[in-house]
Amino acid sequence: MTEPDYLNANYTLRSWFFTTDHKRIAILYFASLTLFFFIGGAAATAMRIELATPQADLVSDDIYNRLFTMHGIIMVWFFLIPSIPNTLGNFIVPLMIGARDLAFPRLNLLSWYIFMLGGSVTLFAILAGGIDTGWTFYTPFSTLYSNSYVMVAAAGVFIAGFSSILTGLNFIVTIHRLRAPGLTWYRLPLFIWSLYATSVILVLATPVLAITLVLIAVERFFGVGFFDPRIGGDPLLFQHLFWFYSHPAVYIMILPGMGVINELISCFSRKQVFGYKFVAWASLAIAALGFLVWGHHMFVTGQSLLASLVFSFMSFVVAVPSAIKVFNWTATLHKGSLRFDAPMLYALAFIGLFTIGGLTGLFLACLAFDVHATDTYFVVAHFHYIMVGGMVTAYFGGLHYWWPKITGRLYSEYWARAAAILIFLGFNLTFFPQFVLGAEGMPRRYHVYPPEFQVWNVLSSGGATILAAAYLLPLLYLGYSAFFGSRAPANPWDAPGLEWQTSSPPPEHNFDVQPVVTRAPYQYRNFEAEPQNA
Amino acid sequence: MWRQWIPFWHPGVSPEGGDVDLLFGGLLIASALVLGLLFFLLALFCVRYRAGNDVDRENHEAKSWRWEVSWTAASLLCFLALFVWGASVYFELYRRPPDELTAFVVAKQWMWKVQHPGGQSEINALHMPVDRPIRVVMASQDVIHSFFIPALRLKHDVVPGRYQDLELTAQKTGHYHLFCAEYCGTAHSGMIGEVVVMEESDFANWLAQQAPASALADEGGALFRQLGCSGCHSVASKIHAPLLEGIYGSPVPLSDGSTVIADDKYIRDSILLPRSQIAAGYEPLMPSFEGKVTEDQLLRLVLYIKSLGRQP
Repeated sequence: MTEPDYLNANYTLRSWFFTTDHKRIAILYFASLTLFFFIGGAAATAMRIELATPQADLVSDDIYNRLFTMHGIIMVWFFLIPSIPNTLGNFIVPLMIGARDLAFPRLNLLSWYIFMLGGSVTLFAILAGGIDTGWTFYTPFSTLYSNSYVMVAAAGVFIAGFSSILTGLNFIVTIHRLRAPGLTWYRLPLFIWSLYATSVILVLATPVLAITLVLIAVERFFGVGFFDPRIGGDPLLFQHLFWFYSHPAVYIMILPGMGVINELISCFSRKQVFGYKFVAWASLAIAALGFLVWGHHMFVTGQSLLASLVFSFMSFVVAVPSAIKVFNWTATLHKGSLRFDAPMLYALAFIGLFTIGGLTGLFLACLAFDVHATDTYFVVAHFHYIMVGGMVTAYFGGLHYWWPKITGRLYSEYWARAAAILIFLGFNLTFFPQFVLGAEGMPRRYHVYPPEFQVWNVLSSGGATILAAAYLLPLLYLGYSAFFGSRAPANPWDAPGLEWQTSSPPPEHNFDVQPVVTRAPYQYRNFEAEPQNA
Repeated sequence: MWRQWIPFWHPGVSPEGGDVDLLFGGLLIASALVLGLLFFLLALFCVRYRAGNDVDRENHEAKSWRWEVSWTAASLLCFLALFVWGASVYFELYRRPPDELTAFVVAKQWMWKVQHPGGQSEINALHMPVDRPIRVVMASQDVIHSFFIPALRLKHDVVPGRYQDLELTAQKTGHYHLFCAEYCGTAHSGMIGEVVVMEESDFANWLAQQAPASALADEGGALFRQLGCSGCHSVASKIHAPLLEGIYGSPVPLSDGSTVIADDKYIRDSILLPRSQIAAGYEPLMPSFEGKVTEDQLLRLVLYIKSLGRQP
């Protein structure tokens, strides 16, 4: 056992910053995303502290507006969108399909550099004075009225978009071309299916965002009227283009999480995922239908009644594949043999929180209720249940599940469970009161608010404090584990997936012998009966 | 009323508000049933099938497609019902208002300016009579704002460059919040006001006490002369321009063969973008007043043209 693994093969800085190994690039992403997560989180914490009282006390209105804009931009483009695909996906996809690397290893590294360039430009915009448009950059406020670093931040997002496109392209080609012998589409783990669907959206939708940001720049610098009514433009055109990207982007931010949940539920139930093909195709259905619902962000803008009808209908339809997934995960538990290790706690939390987020999404798809609830805290609560309760929970679940594989170390199960429970409680205390606030009519992006809303805001801010502390816990015990944790075996969860059939951490070339696949995924029961020889 | 029994819930005070509340109640009940079933099954399976618990785990790989088809169909049917319900109330909320008592709202960073046809104007407040529909015509001077009255369960964006109208009816007197719901810059959260719903007689008194300088239409007439509109749009003029007497509300044939009704929006567009819709039989001579008139002046001009009455 003297063969070096990917971590100790070489210790030089050069070997990290010029690596083309998907595993090392995943670590680079992991480090950058952790930084962005805590920057975005710090902004959220500051906002929640401000909102504990109705009047302005901690920050001025301009600062508050910069805080929520920064929180949105950082969390959406520099944490959520790349979160699972670029860290866990980058690391696990080639291992899961028995490949040596992604199809384009150098493109993979380039994508990280582009991402960091975009991130640096955006951070510069924040440090230079901030952006006060909200992450949605609505015109004509962003183009004509905002005296902040809008174009710099937009440039940062524009650049980061190319990183998304390259990653999506890389995954699509990898999944088509580099599957191990015998690994047919229906033998692929569902994590791969969901990342495939995500990649399709990344490649098709991101260019539209880029086009929109270019149009803003052309309007600002050359006075060509796209969005400004005074020179013949239409402010709503911007919203159509923006949401044509940003609603599919919501599915970029949840499909990978759903993929992780399949792996976790199946592993800790010791059972294959119920209705495999339905879950697999549900991912693609979400990716396709997700392109046809953008107008549900615009029910009160004065778009035509017919458009509102169609978008409302499609929004209900796109909820069906998500519902199918939830039912299938629940059915997977039936007659399983359930263990409640930390990743499973995250998976169960995901099912509950995602379902609440999804159901409240139906409230907002429902035209008449949306008129009341849109642009209130109801919307804020809804999408945080999906993005944080769903995606971030799945991210932490996946991180714990694959941690032994990635680092070759074990973490403290006690602390991991404690953190999972604390995150669940803190999250609900933070965001559930916001449903009540929204239903009572408190608008979002309010720096000061009428005193009658204070009780629920205090609860929410209290929850945010718990949540902030809970998110710091994994940083501590996982950080400890990375350096001092006890060595992990190759397959700590007794899982049949290919990624567990190589050592932990894997060697640079992933597998000593090219694996050959002869059966469907998730064969936990047969697997126990006749252990595979590696 | 049943709605008063929901804790923390202030019932809507508009006729459609009740329908929205009922819809909300329906959505809550449907969600509670789904969540209740889901959490029950999760808890049941977690306890019953925990590792080491000695229960029957055989025969679990039954055909799944029956289940799949059933729950897919059930979700779809539920969703369809909710869609139809939500859409029908939406049409009620946003039905095209008949020409009733009107108030004009100009939104700008960061205030609501409300003007009544008699010339009474107020800032960050809207006085209205109880039980009588009023129509608000809204315009924005700068960025997108959103006119939101939670108690009426009603919201509409105010997008610059166009008029939006909305019908409001309040069934209970009182003071209600008026919020800007679309983020509009620095003092967005300060762009709030109140809607004061009064008895019909109190409202009449209030209007009388406001002692306006002059009616909006009269001010519009002065502007009409001041801006030089009357130089062309009059019988005495040598320039061939359409006469505006009685044009409001009547069909106007356009040079491209189509016909439009001369409503607020058409008149506003004709002042700002005269070349977008040319009246049939006229040369496109009129200059654009884009950037030369404010929203306040525009609505006075529109009211003036409206006051010119129908052509005999």
